[in-house]
Amino acid sequence: MVLDRIAFQGIDFDRTSSADGPSRRTFLRAGAAAGGGLLLSLSLPFVSGDVKAANSASFVPNAFIRISGDGQIVLTMPYVEMGQGTYTAIPMLIAEELEVDLKQVRLQHAPPNEKLYANPLLGVQATGNSNAIRGAWYPLRQAGAIARAMLVSAAAEHWKVDPASCRAQSGKVRHPPTGRSIKYGDLAADASRMVVPANVALKRPEEFKLIGTAAKRLDTPAKVNGTAVYGIDVRPPGVKIATLAQSPAFGGHVKGVEDAAAKAVKGVRQIVRLDDAVAVVADHMGAAKKGLAALVIEWEDGPHAELNTGEVARKLEEATLSSGAVAQNIGDADKAMASAVTKVEATYQVPFLAHATMEPMNCTVHVRKDGCEVWVGSQAIGRVQAAAAKITGLPLDKVVAHNHLIGGGFGRRLEIDGVVRAVQIAQQVDGPVKVVWTREEDIQHDMYRPYWFDRISAGLDEKGMPVAWNHRFAGSSVLARWLPPVFENGLDPDTTEGAINLVYALPNLHVEYLRVEPPGIPTAFWRSVGPSHNVFVTESFMDELAAAAKQDAVAYRLALLGKAPRAKAVLELAAEKAGWGQPLPERVGRGVSVQFVFGSYLAQVAEVEVSKDGMVRVRRVVCAIDCGAVVNPDTVRAQIESGIIFGVTAALYGEITLKGGRVEQSNFDTYRMLRMNEAPAIEIHIVQNSEPPGGVGETGTSAIVPAVSNAIFAATGKRLRKMPVDNAALKQPV
Amino acid sequence: MISLDINGRVHQVDADPDTPLLWVLREWLGMTGTKFGCGIAQCGACSVLLDGQVMRSCSVPAGSVGTAKITTIEGLSPDGSHPVQQAWLQHDVPQCGYCQSGQIMAAVALLQEKPKPTDADIDEAMSNICRCGTYNRIRAAIHTAAGNGQG
Repeated sequence: MVLDRIAFQGIDFDRTSSADGPSRRTFLRAGAAAGGGLLLSLSLPFVSGDVKAANSASFVPNAFIRISGDGQIVLTMPYVEMGQGTYTAIPMLIAEELEVDLKQVRLQHAPPNEKLYANPLLGVQATGNSNAIRGAWYPLRQAGAIARAMLVSAAAEHWKVDPASCRAQSGKVRHPPTGRSIKYGDLAADASRMVVPANVALKRPEEFKLIGTAAKRLDTPAKVNGTAVYGIDVRPPGVKIATLAQSPAFGGHVKGVEDAAAKAVKGVRQIVRLDDAVAVVADHMGAAKKGLAALVIEWEDGPHAELNTGEVARKLEEATLSSGAVAQNIGDADKAMASAVTKVEATYQVPFLAHATMEPMNCTVHVRKDGCEVWVGSQAIGRVQAAAAKITGLPLDKVVAHNHLIGGGFGRRLEIDGVVRAVQIAQQVDGPVKVVWTREEDIQHDMYRPYWFDRISAGLDEKGMPVAWNHRFAGSSVLARWLPPVFENGLDPDTTEGAINLVYALPNLHVEYLRVEPPGIPTAFWRSVGPSHNVFVTESFMDELAAAAKQDAVAYRLALLGKAPRAKAVLELAAEKAGWGQPLPERVGRGVSVQFVFGSYLAQVAEVEVSKDGMVRVRRVVCAIDCGAVVNPDTVRAQIESGIIFGVTAALYGEITLKGGRVEQSNFDTYRMLRMNEAPAIEIHIVQNSEPPGGVGETGTSAIVPAVSNAIFAATGKRLRKMPVDNAALKQPV
Repeated sequence: MISLDINGRVHQVDADPDTPLLWVLREWLGMTGTKFGCGIAQCGACSVLLDGQVMRSCSVPAGSVGTAKITTIEGLSPDGSHPVQQAWLQHDVPQCGYCQSGQIMAAVALLQEKPKPTDADIDEAMSNICRCGTYNRIRAAIHTAAGNGQG
């Protein structure tokens, strides 16, 4: 869910103050740390609206680097680890310029504070948007370089030598002419009194020692020995465990509760009734689950009791018959369409999807008269704190929110619905209570990747090349709810990403979006959100155009990429490495996609096999990515591998359906996940360059869905315009 | 009182015999390395070894364990030095890491039964879900731990 506009404004701002980043006056101050040592306070650049604030005299730091007397370097930063490797890549940026071993840098989680820790590209304290590295790339390297310069100055003053004759290396300042050296820790206090240099030169990419190397992840050891602590693992003294049932129909209420049998279960302590949920509080989860099963709850289904998926789709389809907000217009698509030799038209649909993070939703809360404590793994800890304060009526400073490792985020943990529930329950419980959702609740009360419906058409000239492109789609805007100010003129940057600013040179293009919120069913970010839909539609349709023009799918795209050299390069690389064009057995096919989303260029070739009974196996995926400068190539690979598996899962199995206002799926037996025996071989080729970094966490997901669908077309001649794959439609005719 | 032999130590636990072993480990004994994922033996996040056999502890009543020796992720090695843990480190397998305790226990059981597993053996034995999609690294790490020379 890249906020393109915002992201680019952020980067532009980075560049306005100097050739290589913001001027240090606007973003950094140095001083003595409490307890001795050097403290650098950073103010990472904010989004458009706050640029003035960052430039003004009032300096508000939102990240801190402390070098203490023992040489330990501690970075306090707002990003949270959810598997994407941020805890390793972010320290690499500082360690590179500071000339220290990566192991010397320790990370500390920023406490919740929306004002201080706002994500520079999101404007709120959140980890999402594939943008941690993008936001930190300049400022953190610059901070490392400034700290190094101040340590060198301190050493030079001590030795009474020219700073230029000193060198920083491996956590020490050395004076090669005399062979002397002093450790950073011993210089830290003096360094804090040095003048902050007005200009520091950042290393050139060819000088990088750490950036670009496959550094081992710092969080791995704890994740292979069972000591890593996720939100679900916290155990405050005296904690009770609760599990809950929420209204099966969205928008329903509790009408009555028969709880005698539940209360009789050994270990059950209390039944908590909320307006639309009932929780069983017990000594342990076993008793809580048993108690929940013994409850007899009468539900009032509410206004959406008749809702089903077909109705949602019909409403969206109807909506696309009217015009919407213009997301992008180039030339005159209608006029060009009228004079086109061939016209191609299609409609596409993508389903609601659940996140199904491996760690089910959970939140631990202790509400007291004078304060509230929350333990949770969150992508937006500032919102957690604010929600708890609002519900309890406590001032913000009386709410302590502890963030923990996240057992899968994918956008789910940008939401605070689980926190709200847990606080509401905890208000009725004496002492701390950990609210753990069953997997069934987690699937049936997720906030879902929106259902979108698309109407798309193109006009081709006599050579089969597109002269007109008309695309209109309808569905939910997640950002309009989550960050209302960015929903302007009927548009938001996430919902349209991947549908506009296509990599192709299209002379006449018109893209419209209609915000239509499905009744009752909550929608949310889901790994790659807008692009997860738009890239499927645009890259599937581009494949349709190539087929209509009777041209090779790669050659057709390349012919339209004359003005996008980086897109062309990744497409050529992926096609070459995949053996594009080489013969394949019957009912095996290759499909391609290329995209520019989240600031990265990426092309994929999927190779699929379709059995006679219509079952699809993705055998191999070849990916080429140009994400600009690469901080940790192994993390880039891991994220692409992960994104591909996530996308293949969605393409083959992912679908949340509604009937009677309820979600029909409930656990992994009905909401299927890809497993080891179905995982494709994945090859990733990284294009080396020193462009500013792009995001990588979500790009693999959006690109793979059309690549798989296009490969199915190549294997069977069946064009799938609705996800997930319809196996029945792919059965080989007898 | 249920008597359980976990990682070489006998624990007396005051739990109903039908309490899933998972909750006894996590909530009675504070051994939180074993994870809750689905509660219906579908995902394998809660995998532990019972006399060397991998079991999904969310669906094993604590009262049914008897004298079987239970091994959890915490008991695999005192210092993360088990060959499977080392292979996991070498390949930087975990992402969010939540499922990895279970994946590691499943891999340990596989390698005990088949010290040199083929890809087909791995496909068959490793049915645990990883939502981060670390499957190919898990496969490579198992080959490394087996000394198959493919990792």
